[in-house]
Amino acid sequence: MKLELKGITKAFGGFVANDSIDLVVDEGKVHTLLGENGAGKSTLMNVLYGLYEPTEGEILVDGKPVHFRGPGDAMAAGIGMVHQHFMLVPVFTVAENVALGDERTKGAGILDLEKTRKAIREISDQYGFHVDPDALVEDLPVGVQQRVEIIKALVRKADLLILDEPTAVLTPKETDELMDIIRQLKGDGTSIIFISHKLREVKAISDEITVIRRGKVVGTADPSADAMELASLMVGRSVDLSLGRQHSDGTDVALEIRDLTVIDSLGVPTLDHVSLDVRKGEILAVAGVQGNGQTELVEAVMGLTDHTTGSIRLDGVELLGRSTKQIVNSGVGYVPEDRSTDGVIGDFTIADNLILNRYDRHPVARGGSLQPAFIAENAEAKIGEFDIRTQSALHTASQLSGGNQQKVVLAREFSRELNLFIASQPTRGVDVGSIEFLHRRILAERDKDVPVIVVSTELDEVAELGDRIAVLFHGKVMGIVPGNTSRDVLGLMMAGSTAEEALAEADAARLATTENDEPQLPGGIA
Amino acid sequence: MSPETPSFIDRLRASGAVVSVLAIVAAFIVGGILIAATDEKTTSATTYFFARPLDTLAAAWNAAANSYAAMFRGAVFNYDASTFTAMIKPLTETLTYATPLLTASLGVAVAFRAGLFNIGAQGQLILGAMFATWIGFTLDLAWPVHLLLVILGSILGGALWGGLVGWIKARTGAHEVILTIMLNYVALNLLAYLLNTPVLQRPGSTNPVSPQVNGSAMYPELLGDEFRLHLGFLVAVAATALVWWLMNRSTLGFEIKAVGSNRHAARTAGINTFKVTVLAMVIAGALAGMAGAAQVNGTERFLTESVAASIGFDAITVALLGRSNPIGVFFAALLFGAFRAGGVTMQVATGTPIDIVLVVQSLIVLFIAAPPLVRSIFGLGQRKKRKPRTPGRDAAVAATAGGDK
Ligand SMILES: Nc1ncnc2c1ncn2[C@@H]1O[C@H](COP(=O)(O)OP(=O)(O)OP(=O)(O)O)[C@@H](O)[C@H]1O
Ligand SMILES: [Mg+2]
Repeated sequence: MKLELKGITKAFGGFVANDSIDLVVDEGKVHTLLGENGAGKSTLMNVLYGLYEPTEGEILVDGKPVHFRGPGDAMAAGIGMVHQHFMLVPVFTVAENVALGDERTKGAGILDLEKTRKAIREISDQYGFHVDPDALVEDLPVGVQQRVEIIKALVRKADLLILDEPTAVLTPKETDELMDIIRQLKGDGTSIIFISHKLREVKAISDEITVIRRGKVVGTADPSADAMELASLMVGRSVDLSLGRQHSDGTDVALEIRDLTVIDSLGVPTLDHVSLDVRKGEILAVAGVQGNGQTELVEAVMGLTDHTTGSIRLDGVELLGRSTKQIVNSGVGYVPEDRSTDGVIGDFTIADNLILNRYDRHPVARGGSLQPAFIAENAEAKIGEFDIRTQSALHTASQLSGGNQQKVVLAREFSRELNLFIASQPTRGVDVGSIEFLHRRILAERDKDVPVIVVSTELDEVAELGDRIAVLFHGKVMGIVPGNTSRDVLGLMMAGSTAEEALAEADAARLATTENDEPQLPGGIA
Repeated sequence: MSPETPSFIDRLRASGAVVSVLAIVAAFIVGGILIAATDEKTTSATTYFFARPLDTLAAAWNAAANSYAAMFRGAVFNYDASTFTAMIKPLTETLTYATPLLTASLGVAVAFRAGLFNIGAQGQLILGAMFATWIGFTLDLAWPVHLLLVILGSILGGALWGGLVGWIKARTGAHEVILTIMLNYVALNLLAYLLNTPVLQRPGSTNPVSPQVNGSAMYPELLGDEFRLHLGFLVAVAATALVWWLMNRSTLGFEIKAVGSNRHAARTAGINTFKVTVLAMVIAGALAGMAGAAQVNGTERFLTESVAASIGFDAITVALLGRSNPIGVFFAALLFGAFRAGGVTMQVATGTPIDIVLVVQSLIVLFIAAPPLVRSIFGLGQRKKRKPRTPGRDAAVAATAGGDK
């Protein structure tokens, strides 16, 4: 399908989120939209998918103007969309989910799931998806759920697939697999619109790149351009992607975790006798594939898990057994990994979200009474300091773009004196310019002698920030290695090797490659 | 993947104030059509509809207009009356009926904001009324002190009944709808039982009625003997102001709204969801309990099995109509008070059955619960073009849409 957007404008009240955007997506091409948080990428895609009515402008499919009144029309015209948060019913099987909204009946209203199953198997075989039509969606890993979304679109004969930040929640391996799927789809003539803040992926997969800034197309870029160039085009200033930071050994041990064990509701340990130290003024990065105990580790420190044993001492004081409120009030800052569930309250204003964990403390409140003047002032200050893109502090958090919600969470946590800072996926969904800013803020916190834990599935981020790196696998610490450890070694540890095994194996591999006189490839997507 | 399924309350709350007003208008129109359709003159005029169609329409219009005019005379201002007292009496009746409804509805609204679908106002009111009555006839104290104790007693009774729901819910996760329905039955049967034991039964009586409460335990009348309007109305207005402060300015209200909107984020921020659930239900029960005192110590003077009438259930409608916002609830309660006061006059004056009032009330709920219906009736633009709120929040949109949050 050849898709043309002509002069698309979308205004929310007086605010123009898309300003006469022109875009042409050719058949069988991957067209990437690059832009800062709040640039208007998702808005444009929602217009294209029939969720928003454009204020002005025209959509042409294969040269013919079309008018979508809803996603149903868009789907009928061959446009499919995979949202970052999947729209699947967890208790339904894959086949039932795929059939949903497109139910084929055998007449008399009886669902013909057999046809759907067959269609799923065909697509699954064709693209090597390995999806069982009868599996329950809630039992599937995130990466596979995403494939179910893609299958949903393909079953409806999508010729153009919109992928809005599809890799934000994927593990590196799942990301690689998604890239292969995109290549296959493109080989079959499907056009793809791809949105991502990860420049490495963008460079690897794109045929064309269009850059959007503050709702306007500001230019196109060549996928072979280097990351620095892309980033500067996007942000409109030069971005220094390397922090050029100093390594820090830290000073005294501030946080001592000993034999921390968390048992889940099924009686299985999700964290198994974990012991870690974090020093004042150092960043301990916790790496690992999603679901290997990182979530439980930070939630245990925050007093959010049940059935937890062991000991967590901060500055000599036991935290285990204390309430989350006591822990927060003792100066622990926390950025949860899932911002929309745990980080912000979508219905609350940005101003209220910025005081969510100190609403009852001086000066936000006095004697049980909130101080609206302070709350408003605080909001203005934080919106300015963290460059949160919004028209008003009184907009709800759900009106913010994904990356800007994340900035709200970080701005809130950096609003007070901290004795410990814990961030899970602190820059998930955040644009490169803001990543640079947020990383500098985290480093600044470290340099104030605060102990910091950063949990990330991004090896780039782990390498960028970690003074030391702990790798978790199946709830156990595989080892703690220095911050400059190579990606290969980390990758092996994330797959379950101990630090020693991984180092030995990586050395052997390096010897082999140097003998062949090949340059050493950086990890990740080749 | 979405954290919480969109609840019925969420969807109701998301609808705007405009929808509330339009729902009322639409309900009145449909009610008018029903009045006309069941009117005798109109039906007889339809027999020669094709000969003189205007007769039918005129008869229909008259039937509806007369009924609604009678309702207005009964609820707001009786322009046909001869004395000034009789003229303004309807308005005071409306306020009197609105008094217990107002606090009970505020209670339901507070629970709604905490994400709790509290349909137990009925039982909480009954408990409040039992405490208020007992204190009212057993103790022998001077006026303001006695009344004050009565009010505190009603608050305590309702708070216990509501708090019990909150506590069980927070402890065991049992659904509050089931709990409140069950406790409504328990309260009603407890009342019936106690009214037949010396605890609450009038000495010497074989009927299930309590003794009269002492004069010192009554809310004094505000405008003299000719009007039933009593001090309880001003107390209810004060409660409205207090609830406004609670929900908009207090840290506890902040916690209640946080837990109601996103309990995961609230918990992560250190809010004690157990405490908030219990407290929200305690407050809800206390407000409903106050309605019990307004009934007994404001107008009825003694306790019977029908003390709660349908107040506890109307309160749910009022809270929805007022969009769980104290000021909205205030006006919605006045409207429902007017329905009560005006319905009687309408039946007497025009023969239109008072049940039509129930129909209009029910239609209001229906229209509020189905905003798309109201919007299409009045040709308002669809709101679904808006950015979907939280993923999964708006079921209709979520089936197909979502942002990248
Ligand atoms: N319903 C709405 N009402 C008001 N403003 C909105 C609404 N939806 C989006 N916006 C604003 O439009 C702008 C564009 O948002 P959009 O979600 O398209 O950004 P984005 O480019 O996808 O950003 P991100 O990379 O962070 O996901 C933002 O400033 C956002 O606050
Ligand atoms: Mg977006």
